Amino acid sequence: MSQVMDPPAPVEVELRPAPPIDMRRAVKLGLAGGAAMVLVAATGIVATFQPRMVIDPILPLGIFFLYLLAFGFGWMASQPPATLEGYEAAKAGSRNLLAGALAGLLAGLCLGLLLIVMTVFDLRGVFINLSPELADILGFGLPVSAAVPVIALASAAMGALGAGVHLLSRRVRRALMGAFTAVIVFSLLTDLFGQLFSGLSLESVIDFLYTGRGGALTIIGAVAVFGAFILLFWWMEGRDSTLRQRVQAMPKGQRSRWQVGTALIILVVLYFVPKLMGPFVSQILVTAGIYLLMALGLNIVVGYAGLLDLGYVAFFAVGAYATAILTSPQSPAFDPQISVLASLPFVMVAAAVAGILVATPVIRMRGDYLAIVTLGFGEIARILLNSEWLAPIFGGAQGITNIPDLQIGPLTFSTPQDYFYPVFLFVLLAAYVTVAVQNSRWGRAWMAMREDESVAEAMGVNIVTAKLSAFVVGAILASFGGALFASQIGSVFPHTFDIVVSITVLVIIIVGGMGSVPGVTLGALVLIVLPNLLREFSEYQFLFYGVLLIVMMLKRPEGFIPSKRRAQELHTEELSQDAWLEIYGEKGQAEQVPEGAV
Amino acid sequence: MTQAATVEARPTRRASRITPVSVFLWALRIAILAIILYGSYLSISSGRLSAAQWRDLFVFGISTGSMYALIALGYTMVYGVLRFINFAHGEVFMVGAMMAFYVANALAVTPLWTSSPAVSLLIVLVAAMFTSTAVAVIIERIAYRPLRGAPRLIPLITSIGASFTLQYLIRGLVGPATKAFPRMEPLRGTFEIGNFVILKTQLIVIVAALVMMLGLYLFVEKTRTGKSMRAVAEDPETAALMGINVDRTIVNVFAIGGAMAGVAGALWGLVFPSINFFSGFLPGIKAFTSAVLGGIGNIVGAMLGGVSLGVFESVGPSLVLAGYEIPAFSQLKDVVAYAALVLVLIFRPTGILGERLAQERT
Repeated sequence: MSQVMDPPAPVEVELRPAPPIDMRRAVKLGLAGGAAMVLVAATGIVATFQPRMVIDPILPLGIFFLYLLAFGFGWMASQPPATLEGYEAAKAGSRNLLAGALAGLLAGLCLGLLLIVMTVFDLRGVFINLSPELADILGFGLPVSAAVPVIALASAAMGALGAGVHLLSRRVRRALMGAFTAVIVFSLLTDLFGQLFSGLSLESVIDFLYTGRGGALTIIGAVAVFGAFILLFWWMEGRDSTLRQRVQAMPKGQRSRWQVGTALIILVVLYFVPKLMGPFVSQILVTAGIYLLMALGLNIVVGYAGLLDLGYVAFFAVGAYATAILTSPQSPAFDPQISVLASLPFVMVAAAVAGILVATPVIRMRGDYLAIVTLGFGEIARILLNSEWLAPIFGGAQGITNIPDLQIGPLTFSTPQDYFYPVFLFVLLAAYVTVAVQNSRWGRAWMAMREDESVAEAMGVNIVTAKLSAFVVGAILASFGGALFASQIGSVFPHTFDIVVSITVLVIIIVGGMGSVPGVTLGALVLIVLPNLLREFSEYQFLFYGVLLIVMMLKRPEGFIPSKRRAQELHTEELSQDAWLEIYGEKGQAEQVPEGAV
Repeated sequence: MTQAATVEARPTRRASRITPVSVFLWALRIAILAIILYGSYLSISSGRLSAAQWRDLFVFGISTGSMYALIALGYTMVYGVLRFINFAHGEVFMVGAMMAFYVANALAVTPLWTSSPAVSLLIVLVAAMFTSTAVAVIIERIAYRPLRGAPRLIPLITSIGASFTLQYLIRGLVGPATKAFPRMEPLRGTFEIGNFVILKTQLIVIVAALVMMLGLYLFVEKTRTGKSMRAVAEDPETAALMGINVDRTIVNVFAIGGAMAGVAGALWGLVFPSINFFSGFLPGIKAFTSAVLGGIGNIVGAMLGGVSLGVFESVGPSLVLAGYEIPAFSQLKDVVAYAALVLVLIFRPTGILGERLAQERT
């Protein structure tokens, strides 16, 4: 492998000038951006987001989101081509700005066209969201003839602004983008920060930053946040070494003391989180925690063992239904009721059996066939739970209600704030399992199997046990999630265990980074907490998930916080491609590579 | 155990020893066969359904199955050239069905709808075909082409993303409400050939599907484009060396698959007159099952697989499940399709006609 990754030795030649920014690409991206903006408007995202303010009263979220696309496409259009061997590195210049502005202009013209079309024709019979209100929002309240040039210019300006990012030095760019992101985060997560500050009895901060609790950032507030974070990021980028590097440079004893100390501080902070956040945010955190638990389980199945399980929700359902049947007085099949805690061992056994049942038939399958079969199992589970036939056991469409709260000794967990702790405990357990298993015999067997089943087998990995164990471990973690979910909600219904749950969990691990615990945690927090906090967002949650899946696979298949090994594997191919290009590429354009050569 | 399992899973299975897994699988095979046979015996001997009712179920199965077959062609052809499951193909079908609905709705208020139903039906078909083709080609360009040569799971995950994106994009564009296809008066009622009675819509579906499949078969076997598709499916590298434009061929494959799905979408509206943004999911899975059933990568196999799955699904619940007196057995109709998928993949992953795959993988 390392031989493939080594690029050929550089040859001493005079460097040729870097190829200029490709304007044809800018035109293409501009049109693509225009299509994206038109779709965002026509799916109703703009109109739904509009009432929410990013900065009160000057910047509504709908328009902001729309022109953020122009910004992004302008940024992409002016991205310098990759530096190839034998060429100089591209210098950013006015041509970048031009490319960005061009892309933005084209995108804006597309949007203007939509505005003209929707005012001339009434398309609401088909596209229900092309309402006069949307026309008003898109045209900034101007008449169409004036609005179209305004839109085009605004979009071109945003495109140029996006392109301008390439002109800044790394430190300025990072500081600016960081501060910009901070403003957006502060403004969108107003519920969260409102809770936090009032929990800390800092009402004055709320009054300063926001128009009120749950309100938008004021102009002064936005400036304050921007200023504070630009200083912070400027300082952080200016340091010679990151905190991580400094911790790693410490002598061993000091390092472990430091790590234990940080862990303790985090635990103490986490202890106070539900108390500060109140029931609404705590409920969201509990949901995120349950998804995180499942994601850590699926991470073992997909991230470590490479078995794409699209029916993962079935194990979640096994956990939830096992708890419901054993604990609820309403359950039709099982009379004696036991406590939720006492049901956990049975849940584990049920999940393990389910894992083996799913895994045994698919032992000889690989890759995509496995994905489809597991999807089939997941759907079969849901249909059976919903069916009249098995209603004497699972309660059919009415589900099972009256599931008692979790009790541990004298402690009863009833509110979302209470549930935060057990959920957190199980997440900690799952994270521990994930980390501990990584370098164990099992973990190594799984990863070998993921890379190449035949080779792994030839090297003495027992594929049967490796597959079974991956499924069983994953199933048990998901079933704990199910048990907690059932006892927290107090009821289970078959329609909860839909395929979208499996896909959501998959999106979490892919966005976060397969095989990496911090990545998966970040993924769960962002993808579950965000749509729940932003009610406007939740209607388009799955659209965003879908787009996110595609974009991540195209641009960053290893996720945002990747595990080192995984990232390396995924880019091996790329490195060898680059090496190849360096030898044969004439103009450094991938299009010129003959087909099938890579 | 370790030793046995290792030997067992090797490609050359002739010399394999008996392992717990294979014992389990054989037991499963026998048990399933016994359940199916005994259920059928119980149900036929009870005489619950008359011969005419069985025939109706059968014909219904064939007409649904021929639509599955049309969709399955897209799966099987894409799998043939790119070796990955285009999960979003069900949504390509759904978009075609949506377009068919809107065109039919617009035509239904014009005099053309009643005066010449054949022409209006043709317009609907062509509109659906073009829409689906365009969507399939766009997905290929945006989501799949940049991923040539990526690890196998990556395009699969991308296609799941594409599937979700299309579903919820359509939901955003036209709303989540279920839409009812307008009725076509001349197409109501039945058509009789001697003793054989068939609904007119079902007859149209079967004939149209047959014509499309025959056309596709001839196209793939007789034209230059078809030949290049077969060459790329066989070996893309060598095909490229022989001067075939692999990228263009792949686009052609997606376009043809999309066109077939579009036709299926328009026909779907005739038989099941209600659609929403989620309508592509189940037919997509079933069509994929058909493709696997017939042997993935094999065009004739997809046709056979589709029709067989349609018949299983239509006759199966009444034949097997009703025999055991399962209440509300029609709820379990989709379980039959999923179970067929799982069983085929477990016991004969090469499908009815699949040969090539057996050597490459399983």
